[in-house]
Amino acid sequence: MEWEVVIGLEIHAQLATKSKIFSGASTQYGAEANTQACAVDLGLPGVLPVFNEEALRMAVKFGLAIDADIGKKSVFDRKNYFYPDLPKGYQTTQLHHPIVGMGHIDIELDDGSTKRINVTRAHLEEDAGKSVHEGFGSMSGIDLNRAGTPLVEIVSEPEMRSAKEAAAYFRKMHSIVTYLGICDGDLSQGSMRCDCNVSLRPKGQEEFGTRTEIKNVNSFRNVERAIESEIERQMDILEDGGSIVQETRLYDADKNETRSMRSKEVANDYRYFPCPDLLPVIIDDNYIEAVRETLPELPDDKRARFVKDHGLSVNDAAVLASDRELAHYFETVAHSANDYKLAANWVQGDVSAALNRLEISISELAVSAEQLGHILKLIKDNTLNTGGAREVFNALLEGKGDDTVASVDKLVDSLGLKQVSDTGAIEAIVEKVLADNPKLVEGYLNTPEDKRAKAIGPFIGLTRKAAAGVNPQVVMDVLKKKLSELG
Amino acid sequence: MHTKTIAEIARDLAAGEYSSVEITTDLLNRVKQLDGDINSFITVTGEQALAQAKAADERRAAGQAETWTGIPMAHKDIFCTDGVVTSCGSKMLSNFAAPYDATVVEKFNQAGAVSLGKLNMDEFAMGSSNESSFYGPVANPWNKDHVPGGSSGGSAAAVAAGFVPGATATDTGGSIRQPAAFCGVTGIKPTYGRVSRWGMIAYASSLDQGGCITRNAEDAAMMMNIMAGYDAKDSTCVEQPVPDYTSTLNDSLEGMTIGLPKEYFSSDLSADMQQAVRDAISEYEKLGASIKEVSLPNARLAIPAYYIIAPAECSANLSRMDGVRFGYRCDDPQDINDLYKRSRGEGFGGEVKRRIMIGAYALSAGFYDAYYKKAQQVRRLIKNDFSAALKEVDILAAPVSPTPAFKRGEKTSDPVEMYLEDIFTISLNLAGMPGMSIPCGQVNNLPVGLQLIGDYFAEDRLLNAAHKFQQATDWHLKTPAGI
Repeated sequence: MEWEVVIGLEIHAQLATKSKIFSGASTQYGAEANTQACAVDLGLPGVLPVFNEEALRMAVKFGLAIDADIGKKSVFDRKNYFYPDLPKGYQTTQLHHPIVGMGHIDIELDDGSTKRINVTRAHLEEDAGKSVHEGFGSMSGIDLNRAGTPLVEIVSEPEMRSAKEAAAYFRKMHSIVTYLGICDGDLSQGSMRCDCNVSLRPKGQEEFGTRTEIKNVNSFRNVERAIESEIERQMDILEDGGSIVQETRLYDADKNETRSMRSKEVANDYRYFPCPDLLPVIIDDNYIEAVRETLPELPDDKRARFVKDHGLSVNDAAVLASDRELAHYFETVAHSANDYKLAANWVQGDVSAALNRLEISISELAVSAEQLGHILKLIKDNTLNTGGAREVFNALLEGKGDDTVASVDKLVDSLGLKQVSDTGAIEAIVEKVLADNPKLVEGYLNTPEDKRAKAIGPFIGLTRKAAAGVNPQVVMDVLKKKLSELG
Repeated sequence: MHTKTIAEIARDLAAGEYSSVEITTDLLNRVKQLDGDINSFITVTGEQALAQAKAADERRAAGQAETWTGIPMAHKDIFCTDGVVTSCGSKMLSNFAAPYDATVVEKFNQAGAVSLGKLNMDEFAMGSSNESSFYGPVANPWNKDHVPGGSSGGSAAAVAAGFVPGATATDTGGSIRQPAAFCGVTGIKPTYGRVSRWGMIAYASSLDQGGCITRNAEDAAMMMNIMAGYDAKDSTCVEQPVPDYTSTLNDSLEGMTIGLPKEYFSSDLSADMQQAVRDAISEYEKLGASIKEVSLPNARLAIPAYYIIAPAECSANLSRMDGVRFGYRCDDPQDINDLYKRSRGEGFGGEVKRRIMIGAYALSAGFYDAYYKKAQQVRRLIKNDFSAALKEVDILAAPVSPTPAFKRGEKTSDPVEMYLEDIFTISLNLAGMPGMSIPCGQVNNLPVGLQLIGDYFAEDRLLNAAHKFQQATDWHLKTPAGI
């Protein structure tokens, strides 16, 4: 039978507020356990939550970025369940009245086309703490630093039809939230986590199959692999005439398989009800418009502009616009060199290669955008050839300069990379090369006109050997002229 | 000295009749000698009280005294006090000392008041007789076989017994007004949002409101001057200017219209209780007020609605008592579920467990619409009833409870009968409006209370009406035998 895959994602993105969603404690990652949890985060008796308006602003910003309905009245609810790292015994979240309603984003498919994925809703909620099961003997430790960190939970419609689409959706969401500056997007620290709902149905059937939910997948690659392995597992069962059990599963990246998290699916009754300690959040059009004013250029718009205004290929533009930091770096280089295509080649070439090799992000690169822009400017005015430019770039990477643009000029000098473009100087060198190699000259002169272009090669090599840093274009011009004078 | 009012003590301290250390010592000695029979205190903070009193006397000597400097009082054990155990009347929190003061506590500390300690109460403020406290029942100073009312039974008994001239209290369904009535003292439950709930351990967040119990309305006004006001730490606290409640106490009642909700004068109320309340209303007519019958047609729905909403909220509010981070933890837990079950099973008393169960049930999937949602709709109707009635009249007058203080143990076996104790007080919490209870008579040598109800933020009007009544009558001056 031919099966159709149905995927919906729930993405949790931590909002980049300085303090928590209902308390003044810091949200900074990596502090010593329980040092960033105040009485409110600890859920001590008598404390009360106060909503952090910065979280509201960020959520509205997100809603506007995905062209969603903004909830003018959103309501916090309590979701009741017991867990040691859930201090109050309930999570404060938004059930019936989320801050962000139906919206959508577009993802790019492999064939270059785009597909619209609808976003059902996005709501604000608080993160839980962390249980630590190692280092406490038979006990568990609880770290509540993360408790109360603001999250937006972004729920998609079940509109993705392959693991690749799901990964593209996750990437696009990552790109949007980081562009907006509302989430640091650091997957390794859990700043964005993804629950994947996967089901299969016979092609052409309208009704959904039974789904499973893969919890807490935290990389683009793992989203794709986890879903792929889950599709495979489900397909094997269905092809054998079995049926899928609705359950929560975990992805084991080492074994590349999902496994059941709970042996049987007990429908949790969370006994939601509106949180009486928090008032409904009411916002008006003025508020929404004021937030809209702060929206930056978003990845889709940026990509379109790269293509339309600067003549980049669709693929180049998509890669360069996907990441806010990368896009910013690229545009700074392009501005400074006044050449988008050259900048695109370098950022996608040497820069990307360096990032991959060093396993660093663009913000950690030792060569600043201004420096690279200056290097490219030197290529354009013939001060450097490509090889020389690469040498300067690598020297900066190796820490041989500092972070100033002047440092580029110093390296060009100290490494002796300045191209000789002075025709008189080059003529003298060429004349000496020709005089020293009479046999080659003879051979050249005996070569038929139409093959001479190739035969000129050895002279170029000899000239550049005789004098490093000569401008190859000038060398070529002089050689042609001198050789033609000889016959 | 122990029957003096807050206003009298303020005058005496200012006149140098005695020092704060002297009256504090005197009251602490009284507590030591007499509270064994009453059990109104859970914790007496004698040393701290004397230190506060000494500091107050020094400020006075330095000419920096203000109204409240050096005045003794005590807090219901529901208000968190930095470093001192706040048990909320429960075994669950018998070892819990918050690292912060409730806003109300902080305000009294800043005003220079002297706190003698923490007062007994029904466990987590759930009860109408102060019999559910882990620290034992409180005796009514008027008759020690009788209950003092609840949940602020300790606060009412401590004032009636002459241990303190005033005490903080809280009211979720009548927990200030009913014990005030049972103990023959004055109580005020302010408008929801008038007093900060920060640091006040939550029972039912949308109904809980802090207030006070005193000997008379003038003292209540003085306490309200300290307690009321906006607090950014409580999102439900209302940003509304606080008047000087003492400045309008003597306003004339000439032309005031008092409404009598006919539903509150039904057969639920015994003839002698009814008579006491009617006599009080006649007194108001003498003071120039006119009387008008009004209707609160949905009054009978208040108890069922309350016993959905309050338990629902408490079922979530009390989830944090899980034995993980603070409070009672069972011995030798085998795993996390065992820790939860036994810590909560052993830490909570029967009434608390009953309400958690009712609340969890009412919120369950499939029942939510039938119970919680319906109860909220009823709440709206009740609110509308009060608003409509208060468009016709200035304030409402009503009984506080169907009977005077009943005997200890009389109603503990029948929770519904106990719940019906609050039949005249509970709807006001659903509406969020302010109410008072003032002594207005006696039945069987036990005090009877008159309830006054006002519109939102009309505490000044209520205090004024109560004060004028007390200027004309002496019910509030009566004290239990031997006090």
